[in-house]
Amino acid sequence: MKMETEADIRLAGVGKTFGSGANAVRAIGDATLDMQRGDFISLLGPSGCGKTTLLRIIAGLERPTEGEILVRGRAVWEGGKRSGEATRPVSMMFQEARLFPWFTVAENVALPLRLQGVAKAEREARSHALCETVGLKGFEAMRPSALSGGMRQRASLARALITKPQVLLLDEPFGALDAMTRDTLNMELMSVCAEARVTTILVTHSITEAAFLSDRVVVLAARPARITEVIEMPFERPRTLDLQRTTAFQDMLVRLRSSLTGGH
Amino acid sequence: MRTDRLIRVALPTGTVIAFLLIWTLYVRTADVSAFILPTPWQIIMAFVDLVSDASVWRHALVTVIEAVSGFLIAVFLGVTLGMAMARVQMLEWAFKPFIVCLQLIPKIALAPLFILWFGFGLESKIVIAAALAFFPVFSNALVAFRSVEPGDRDVFTMLQANPVQRFTMLDLPTALPVVLAGVEVAVVMSMIGAIVGEFIGGNEGLGYLAVAMLQELQVPGLFAVIVLLTLIGLTLYTLISQLRAWLTPWHSSVAGRENTA
Repeated sequence: MKMETEADIRLAGVGKTFGSGANAVRAIGDATLDMQRGDFISLLGPSGCGKTTLLRIIAGLERPTEGEILVRGRAVWEGGKRSGEATRPVSMMFQEARLFPWFTVAENVALPLRLQGVAKAEREARSHALCETVGLKGFEAMRPSALSGGMRQRASLARALITKPQVLLLDEPFGALDAMTRDTLNMELMSVCAEARVTTILVTHSITEAAFLSDRVVVLAARPARITEVIEMPFERPRTLDLQRTTAFQDMLVRLRSSLTGGH
Repeated sequence: MRTDRLIRVALPTGTVIAFLLIWTLYVRTADVSAFILPTPWQIIMAFVDLVSDASVWRHALVTVIEAVSGFLIAVFLGVTLGMAMARVQMLEWAFKPFIVCLQLIPKIALAPLFILWFGFGLESKIVIAAALAFFPVFSNALVAFRSVEPGDRDVFTMLQANPVQRFTMLDLPTALPVVLAGVEVAVVMSMIGAIVGEFIGGNEGLGYLAVAMLQELQVPGLFAVIVLLTLIGLTLYTLISQLRAWLTPWHSSVAGRENTA
C-alpha cells in the first residue's frame, strides 16, 4: 500500500489503437509501469514500437484507447479529456527545440512563466538565471535562429525546467546533435534531474544513452507494440563518462541489445 | 566593403542613365513623332507642368482614397474570412465552389458590372479595388493560419496556454509574415482596381485624367500621369513594406533585407 501512494507516475494497462476494424493499427498495448519520485527511466526500442506514442499519452498529447495514467495520483485523461490539473507539474522536451522566432532566447525560456501570468521583472530574472545555469549566458537577447543546434536544445531544456517541473518527459531531445554535444548535454541533464529529484522519462533508440542515464530501462518491441522487459541499471550515482568504459557497463549494453532483438 | 557599396549605387544609376540616353537617341534619330513616344526630357517637363497644376492633386487624392479604401476593405475581409475558414474546416468545404469560381473570374471583367450597380462615383471604384485586392489577402491568410505546426501546438498544450494566449503568441505571429506578403500584393492590386474603374466611367481621378490626356493626344501629359501613378504606388508599397519590417522583424524576408541593405 505504501508503494502505491508514493508512485509518482503510474501506467495501468495503457494501450492505443489507431483506426478500427480491419484497418486498426495497435500503436502500443498493455503498458503497465510504476515510477517513484526522482526515478529516471528510458523507453528503448526500435522505430515503430510506440515509444513516442506512449510518451505522448503520458503527456496528455495523445488519447489512450485503454488503461489509465496517473501523475501524482491524478488521472491525466478524465473521460476522454486531457486534465490540465494532472499535467501541470509535467514538462516536455521534443526532438526539435521548438523555440519561437518572434521571441528572443530569454523570452522563449520565460514563455511558460508568461503564460502563467508571472510578472515581467520576475520572469526576466528567473529566465536570465536559468540561461546562465544551462550555459546560455550572453545569448539571452539573441533570436533562436542565431543559435547552433546544441544551444537551441539548451534553451529548450531551460524552457522545460523554468516551471520547476516534478516530471520531465524527453522525446529524443538530443537525437539530432553530434556525439560530443550530446554527451555534454546528457551529463548536464542528469545532474539537473538528480538535484531537483525530477521524475524523468526519456524516449531513445540509443542503447548507450539509455543505460548511462537511467535507473531502469523499459525495452519495447514492435509488431505487436508492447513492453517486453524492464531492466535495472545497477550503476552508482553520480555517474561520469568513465562509467561507459567499464566491463559492467559494456556487459549491460550486450544484455540490452539481446533484449531488444528478442534473444537471450 | 566600401567599393562594394559604391558599385551597388553606381551600377543601377548607370543603367538608368544609359536607358534614358538610348531612348532620347532613338526618338531623335528615328524621328519618332512626339504623339507616339516623347523623349524623357519632354516627359519630365510635362510632369513638372502636371504637378504644378492644383487640379491634379484633387484627381490624385480621389485615386488614393479609392485605392486605400478598397485596400482596407480587402484586408479586413480577407484576413477575417481567411482566418475563419482556416479555423473551421466546414466553412471552407461549404464555400469552396464559390471561392474557386471567384478566383478564376478575371476580376477586371466585373468592373463594368460594379459601375452599373454602384454608379459612376467613388463607390464603384472602391468596390473594384477591393475585389482585386481581396484574393491575395484571403488566400494568403487561409494558408497562413493553417501553417501552425502541430509540434508548436504541442508546446502550447504542455504549457497550459489558454485560447487567447495561443492566438496572440502562436497563431498570429506564425501567420503574420505570410499574411503581410499578401497585403503587399493587395496594395498594388487596389491601385490597379481604382484606375481601371476610372478608365471605364467617371470624371475624377488619375485614371480619368489619363484617358482625357489620350483623347486630347497630350502624350507627354499621359506619360506624366503614369509617372505620378508610379510614384503614388511606390509610396503605398513602401509604407506596407515598412509596416511589415516593423511587425515581423524576425522573419527571414525582413532579416535578409537588413543584411543586404
